[in-house]
Amino acid sequence: MEFLSYLISGISLGSVYAIIALGYTMVYGIAKMLNFAHGDVIMIGGYISYITISSLGVPGWLSVIIAMAVCTVLGIIIEGLAYKPLRSAPSLAVLITAIGVSYFLQNSALLIWGANPKTYSPLVNGNIKLFEGELTISYVSLLTVVACIIIMVVLMLFTSKTKMGKAMRACSEDKGAAQLMGINVNLTISVTFAIGSALAAIAGVLLLSSYPSLMPTTGSMPGIKAFTAAVFGGIGSIPGAFLGGVLLGVIESFASAYISTQLANSIVFAVLIIVLLVRPTGLLGKRIQEKV
Amino acid sequence: MSKAKGLNLKKGTVRNAATYSIVIAAYVIITILSSTGSLKRSTQGLLVPVCCYIVMALSLNLTVGVLGELSLGHAGFMSIGAFTGVIVSMSLSAVIPSAGLRIFIAIVAGMIIAAFAGFLIGIPVLKLRGDYLAIVTLAFGEIIKELINCLLVGIDENGLHFIFNPTGSKTVEDLALSETGKVIIKGAQGATGTQTIANFTAGFILILVTLFIILNFVDSRTGRAVLAIRDNRIAAESCGINITKYKMIAFVISASIAGAAGALYGMNYSNLTSTKFDFNTSILVLVFVVLGGLGNMLGSIIAATVLYVLPEALREFSSYRMLMYAIVLILVMLATNNPKVKNLLSKVIPTRKKKEGARK
Amino acid sequence: MKTFKRVMALVMVAALCLCCFAACGSDNGSTTTTAGAAETTASADESKAPAADGAAFKIGSTGPLTGDAAIYGTAVMNAAKIAVDEINAEGKIKFEFKAEDDVADGETAVNAYNTLVDWGMQILMGPVTSGAAIAVGAKTYEDRVFSLTPSGSSTDIIDGKDNFFQVCFTDPNQGVGSADYMAENMKDAKVAVIYRNDDAYSQGIRDTFAKEAKAKGIEIVYEGTFTKDRSTDFSVQLTAAKNANADTIFLPIYYQPASVILKQANDMGYAPTFFGVDGMDGILTMEGFDTKLAEGVMLLTPFSADAEDERTQAFVAKYKEAYGEIPNQFAADAYDAIFIIAAALQEAGCTADMTAEEICEKLVAVMPNLKIDGLTGEGMTWSTTGEVSKAPRAVVIKDGVYVTPGK
Repeated sequence: MEFLSYLISGISLGSVYAIIALGYTMVYGIAKMLNFAHGDVIMIGGYISYITISSLGVPGWLSVIIAMAVCTVLGIIIEGLAYKPLRSAPSLAVLITAIGVSYFLQNSALLIWGANPKTYSPLVNGNIKLFEGELTISYVSLLTVVACIIIMVVLMLFTSKTKMGKAMRACSEDKGAAQLMGINVNLTISVTFAIGSALAAIAGVLLLSSYPSLMPTTGSMPGIKAFTAAVFGGIGSIPGAFLGGVLLGVIESFASAYISTQLANSIVFAVLIIVLLVRPTGLLGKRIQEKV
Repeated sequence: MSKAKGLNLKKGTVRNAATYSIVIAAYVIITILSSTGSLKRSTQGLLVPVCCYIVMALSLNLTVGVLGELSLGHAGFMSIGAFTGVIVSMSLSAVIPSAGLRIFIAIVAGMIIAAFAGFLIGIPVLKLRGDYLAIVTLAFGEIIKELINCLLVGIDENGLHFIFNPTGSKTVEDLALSETGKVIIKGAQGATGTQTIANFTAGFILILVTLFIILNFVDSRTGRAVLAIRDNRIAAESCGINITKYKMIAFVISASIAGAAGALYGMNYSNLTSTKFDFNTSILVLVFVVLGGLGNMLGSIIAATVLYVLPEALREFSSYRMLMYAIVLILVMLATNNPKVKNLLSKVIPTRKKKEGARK
Repeated sequence: MKTFKRVMALVMVAALCLCCFAACGSDNGSTTTTAGAAETTASADESKAPAADGAAFKIGSTGPLTGDAAIYGTAVMNAAKIAVDEINAEGKIKFEFKAEDDVADGETAVNAYNTLVDWGMQILMGPVTSGAAIAVGAKTYEDRVFSLTPSGSSTDIIDGKDNFFQVCFTDPNQGVGSADYMAENMKDAKVAVIYRNDDAYSQGIRDTFAKEAKAKGIEIVYEGTFTKDRSTDFSVQLTAAKNANADTIFLPIYYQPASVILKQANDMGYAPTFFGVDGMDGILTMEGFDTKLAEGVMLLTPFSADAEDERTQAFVAKYKEAYGEIPNQFAADAYDAIFIIAAALQEAGCTADMTAEEICEKLVAVMPNLKIDGLTGEGMTWSTTGEVSKAPRAVVIKDGVYVTPGK
């Protein structure tokens, strides 16, 4: 029973990582950049949802939609102002800019909303009790897992069936060739950022529903973990991000339960290192043959 | 061909000489200023940490700029060096009264242990490439941080006592120190009560030695092999260069220098916790390297100095301080890397030069 | 044309920044503009001061104003400004106050301290956090600057430094106090401890608690740890505590992670008695926190914002008016710290034209003789080592307010 409850909390945590990792992986697949500010977009999404619920009194579901809208706009603005001018610049320059954007978002949040942590009230309350109360599963965990699976399936359908999705895949393969085929590369990248940021808003709301403390630095650690999850599963791969996220969450939960809470992150990272040594491009990543 | 090569070398030598002389000149000026007492207290306090971060930036530049691999966990080596340095300097405080000698021994010890860690970590890391390599260095940085959090170290007349404490249930009393014993590292609370013996001169000498090591390394046969690997791995391999060996040499040197920087850093503060050397510190140093220019050692030195001093100089903005820093960072990256902004800048700034040229 | 677009982009970046600044100015007048306001009042005092009785004492403070721990630093600075204004209004002694950001980091704290020395600081009221206080302590000891930390609770801060004093309890003091209280009032408790082991405060209390609990025969059935990076999810620790049949959970941690623990325990349907220390104070005033979750939580705290004495109520009202929130224990400690400094300066007969060193020697001499009534304790006294002695108060949360247990 203990085992099951650790497993469930691991899957629930992992699903949050997975949603964040999906955003990471989409952006990486197309723009080939590590968007370090992604975690901070999550935080902004959380704040928007919190503010709309607590001061405007809108219902929870509406606050999620507002947060998604704001984050989408924010994502497009960030991309347009900070990343687009650097399209041809070396990847490290873009990385540093992303870090700059991350600092910018964190400190803006600090100035706007203050340093006091806020407690986010979850979208849904309550839990199911199984096996005569031995095992409890909160509705939030269920919601998170379901949302994560839906998002992954929708994203996979989107990238394989729609015109924009196909354009995204084309851009991720070869930007130059895609452009020659008449694909608007800049627009495609902007749309990717928009989708990634909307996902970040959902992730923010779900993250805070399970782990309710909201601060300007709330997004940074989940951001790093999700980045790890994306690499774990094979960066650029949508099912990979899902698998990586869930596995990461489960390993983290078991490691802290059975080995040492103190070393839980280390164990997660150690597993990552071992996986990468066996499969250097992650679990589901494509191995690209180098051309000589 | 040979002529061109000779010219190149000469150019390199001139640039190296310029780098050395700028560093020496900066040291002389600052020493004169501080001996005449015209240096502000806050500036004096920045000298040693600036030295440490300069050495860190040089070390990371060797990995990122010269070896061409992105490391996101370099602060881990700094951490190893720092804690080694603190243990050594505290253990020897009774035996060796001379602070200078202790700093030297601590830095050497920090270098050796960090080099060893670099070797161990290098074995898996250097098998990977690109972002996968980057994430594994990040992972090692975090692992080092958590392992040091579990460490309890103390010293008494029977020697050093170590406890590895992964469950967090042991305390300093389990070290079983004698009455005269002294706790050096208290697990997650870090090293407290360290004697702060680091000084600017030690930092300056460390920078010079680091520069000497790195510049000579880059110009050596090994260094050229490393550069060849960076520019084209496959071509280098087909020329018979042993990729793993040369990568490892560069990585270990880089790790050991980071260890030296850490040791100096550790001896400058009476309190040191391993959480200080987290991902953010690695990123901070990476920013120095990228802004200074990959492979450009003088650039790293200047960028580290300017960017370290910047948040301190921005103190007047109080709460807006870090926001300003972020904006400056973004704008600088845009200005230096966007071809159009670059063109625009070159149109605006060198107009006078052009005019002068036209007159001539 | 394209160049024009780029220029536009840059202008837009600048505009965005400006908007943000403007927004901050209006939304968050509390933290930012007050910093400026306090400085202006301070300089106004300075100009007034010569006419009255000499110049003002320069009191500096460092604390985290940005970053993870910003809440503690801002609380301290806000309360210190209130106290400084009150003292200046009283007119017996004049203070000028300056706060610097140290991000709760030793390195930055030393830089901040040096900046304050350049400013001409004579007395240091800080640093706010333990790690920073230890790092700065080594410097103030060398420089002979009198220091009084409102909230740095580690014994390493005052260890071996005659010039460093504390307003809050030391960590061992709290651990022993909690264990003694449990031994007296809840003898048969099966205790689980959840603490943050990369934090000197939490680890320090846990260590002495565990030792005292053993001595007093209190059974500890489970100990769970977490770190800063993992302070959002406690389901594993709570499940383990539940399976170990713990009926009391001791939480020597700050209220922010504690709020998460309370919520997650509630989600699990697990309802032990929670027992906190002074870091737990503030949980009732957290924005968005459902105070029903904290029902029945016990804590040992020197300060409660609901206390009925006049001074506390006046302070809470003032703080609320100026900053829009209810002050926590950090704020109260800082408020007391400023008044302690004022009392000590008057007792020692210091004048504002003395150097920091002279003031330090005089204050070190008078500190053990002082007895001060503050918000965080009646009749506070200090030992020569710098440790404060005051009585902790056990309270239990009932209907969203603190009450004395058993009532």
